[in-house]
Amino acid sequence: MSIDVSQFVQTFLEESFEGLDVMEAQLLDLQGDDVEAVNTIFRAAHSIKGGAGTFGFAAVGEFTHGVETLLDEMRSGHRSATPELVKLLLESVDCIREMLQAARDGAEVDAARIATVGAAIEASLGKGEAASADGEAAHGEVNVSSGWHIRFVPEPEVLRTGNDPLRLFAALEELGPLQVQCDLDRLPPFADMDAEACWLAWDLRLEGDASREAVAEVFEWVEDQCELLIEPLREDEGAGAEEDAPESVSPPPVSGATSGTPVPIASVPGSAVPASAASAKSRPATESSSIRVNIDKIDALINMVGELVITQSMLSQVGERLEGSAGADNLPCLEKLLEGLAQLERNTRELQESVMGIRMLPISFAFNRFPRMVHDLGAKLGKQVQLKLSGEQTELDKTVMEKIGDPLVHLVRNSIDHGIETPEVRVAAGKPAAGEVHLNAFHKGGNIVIQISDDGAGLNRDRILNKAVERGLVAPDQVLSDEQIHDLIFAPGFSTAEQVSDVSGRGVGMDVVRKNIKALGGSVEVQSRPGEGSTFTIRLPLTLAILDGQLVEVDGERYVVPLISIVESIQVRPEFVKSVAERRLVYRLRDEYIPILFLDALLGAGARPERQLTDSLLVVVEAEGQKLALVVDDLLGQQQVVIKALETNFRRVEGLSGATILGDGTVALILDVSGLMTLDKQAGGQPGWRPSREHEAA
Amino acid sequence: MNMGQALESDFSGVSGEGDQYLTFILAGEEYGIDILRVQEIRGWTKTTPIPNAPHYLKGVINLRGTIVPIVDLRERFGLERLDYGPTTVVIVVRVQGESRDRDMGIVVDAVSEVYNFNAKDRQAPPDLGGAIDDQFVQGLATVEEKMIILLDIDRLLNTGALAAAEQAD
Repeated sequence: MSIDVSQFVQTFLEESFEGLDVMEAQLLDLQGDDVEAVNTIFRAAHSIKGGAGTFGFAAVGEFTHGVETLLDEMRSGHRSATPELVKLLLESVDCIREMLQAARDGAEVDAARIATVGAAIEASLGKGEAASADGEAAHGEVNVSSGWHIRFVPEPEVLRTGNDPLRLFAALEELGPLQVQCDLDRLPPFADMDAEACWLAWDLRLEGDASREAVAEVFEWVEDQCELLIEPLREDEGAGAEEDAPESVSPPPVSGATSGTPVPIASVPGSAVPASAASAKSRPATESSSIRVNIDKIDALINMVGELVITQSMLSQVGERLEGSAGADNLPCLEKLLEGLAQLERNTRELQESVMGIRMLPISFAFNRFPRMVHDLGAKLGKQVQLKLSGEQTELDKTVMEKIGDPLVHLVRNSIDHGIETPEVRVAAGKPAAGEVHLNAFHKGGNIVIQISDDGAGLNRDRILNKAVERGLVAPDQVLSDEQIHDLIFAPGFSTAEQVSDVSGRGVGMDVVRKNIKALGGSVEVQSRPGEGSTFTIRLPLTLAILDGQLVEVDGERYVVPLISIVESIQVRPEFVKSVAERRLVYRLRDEYIPILFLDALLGAGARPERQLTDSLLVVVEAEGQKLALVVDDLLGQQQVVIKALETNFRRVEGLSGATILGDGTVALILDVSGLMTLDKQAGGQPGWRPSREHEAA
Repeated sequence: MNMGQALESDFSGVSGEGDQYLTFILAGEEYGIDILRVQEIRGWTKTTPIPNAPHYLKGVINLRGTIVPIVDLRERFGLERLDYGPTTVVIVVRVQGESRDRDMGIVVDAVSEVYNFNAKDRQAPPDLGGAIDDQFVQGLATVEEKMIILLDIDRLLNTGALAAAEQAD
């Protein structure tokens, strides 16, 4: 077979990780002897084992084999799901995952741990065997024989899944002399026959001392798609079979037995080859109607649609201009054009939405890891924790999902470590012994909201305040509202954990959580009531690919300011412009002094001397809790823009989060408000200052 | 394309025909670049300036939906700058970097010819005394008594402020 299997390794790994997640989820839910759940776990383990063998991950295959055997015994009722067994299986899931990750990344595995778990499985299997020895005994005597009679009746679908009986027979032949008899009984009338289905059955006679396992292994990939009977050869049958089945199979001769029915056989090689090439996974593991698509392809599609949107807005501009200038004679024509443009607009919008939808995944992908984590963490800390998930089907962009994972983990750890009390404390406070952590997600406006709530002790107002004073974050005599105090936990360098546990307080503080969420264009806040628990609320944009922006004009150039960072836009009133140290201008807006930032000075060639603030507008923006008033010449309008990365062909530029293409085909830069603040700090607020990058030789 | 790149990186001059170079004029001098890197040749269009970028980076343009930076080669080489007119030409080239390939545009005075050069037509650049950074010059070639300066665009467009990687600053 000349198929390059390496191209399927990636798919195998992905599927295996999914399989492991399924195993883990089912194990955590496993109650009593739920046969269906055990079956699901078994199937996942079985696929991993099979795939690992095919792709040459022998160690994984071997390890999984033990796990599979354990599961098989559970499935057949020889073994029940004790907590110890579930724990052992969970540990083996971890081991398999680690081995696969190591195989993927070329990293080292923790061999000692895997050996320990492997030994535990062996030990456990030993015990099980003793218990079910009686059952085995019946088979024991026939385990080695001078030959096997095999009855192989595949399902009609077998060829479509890429399994070719011919290949199986060729593999069997390697085990010893093989005789094959084809059974045509199931063959339907010619008119009803589906040429791609397999209607044949076979009786095979294998001589030699191959073990039953070796024979069964040949049929491993098809065993749930066929009736398979493997019996030791009886002497009398042996003699008879020789007369009945004069044919021996080495690949081409099969045709001899089928001279009467050329159609199905002829279809065997023809249909099997494309099928096997198309699907590396030769069994339909799930009924899910999803496909795997390379993210690059989707990105290309999104780019194309983005361009379509631009073309559309370009055309509608042209249309509008025509409308103004057209004479009476071409009015009907113009109407048609405008109608077409309106339709194009609707189509592009719909197309854009559905293409963006491809990138959307239910948040359950991010939530999936928590049942296990909460389970382990609760056990480690001696706390009883129930995890409740809701809104798992809420969808968000894959990129956002990948980046929100770590902050979520941190918040959940935090809730369990700091929020939920020990059972004794809880009972003493009149609460149920088991605490609850609730993960909830829903859409609101153009955002996704994720809430992590616990029914624990709540934030300790006094302790936070003391700590903040101690750290110099607030003045001792400052009066703060509860909200302001709660917000202090997000301040850099703040952690109230009295001792550093290995659960939280590892230097990755809430400030990092907030920073990461801000970087995604989102926000996080906390509500808390003493004794009743806390709720962390994360708001995130649904996607990072488009953005609602305000178009502004500065010094003849157009820029996009993300609408989410704009607080308000105002006309300058000279009496409210004040200066600090003669250099820095601030604007008095109601009770606040807001630093003024000359965008042209920061981004362009320096402030124009003739600039009069009175001619300008101020766009007040907010980021990281600070406000800044940007001086712009004009506000041009709001629109949704497709974000294009500058990195693609250039590099990241401080103060910009990317660029976009406007309706007229020109490029407008998208301002990054927190980047502007950084630039402003570096510039020391001096108009006309520019960071110099011109030192390198020409 | 791939074939060509493979040949080019293997070592040039192996193939009988040699490598093809597109030449262009810059202040009366003729420069050549590997033709396989040329994506397209287009007229000058207004660019959107990038803040705090070196003066020779004229800004970015929209090239069928991607953002492409434009470098003025005259200014890059410290030559007197010319006003852009209808004959000003932008050559969009593919720059190969360590991590990824990027498309960038270079502004030149005019496009000239396509020539074949094999290894023996090319000679290593002499010490140019810092007139232009030696590392950007792949070699010199002669055609019909004309000297053609062969540029290494990967080095030229991948250094300093144009480098693909983030710098430590």
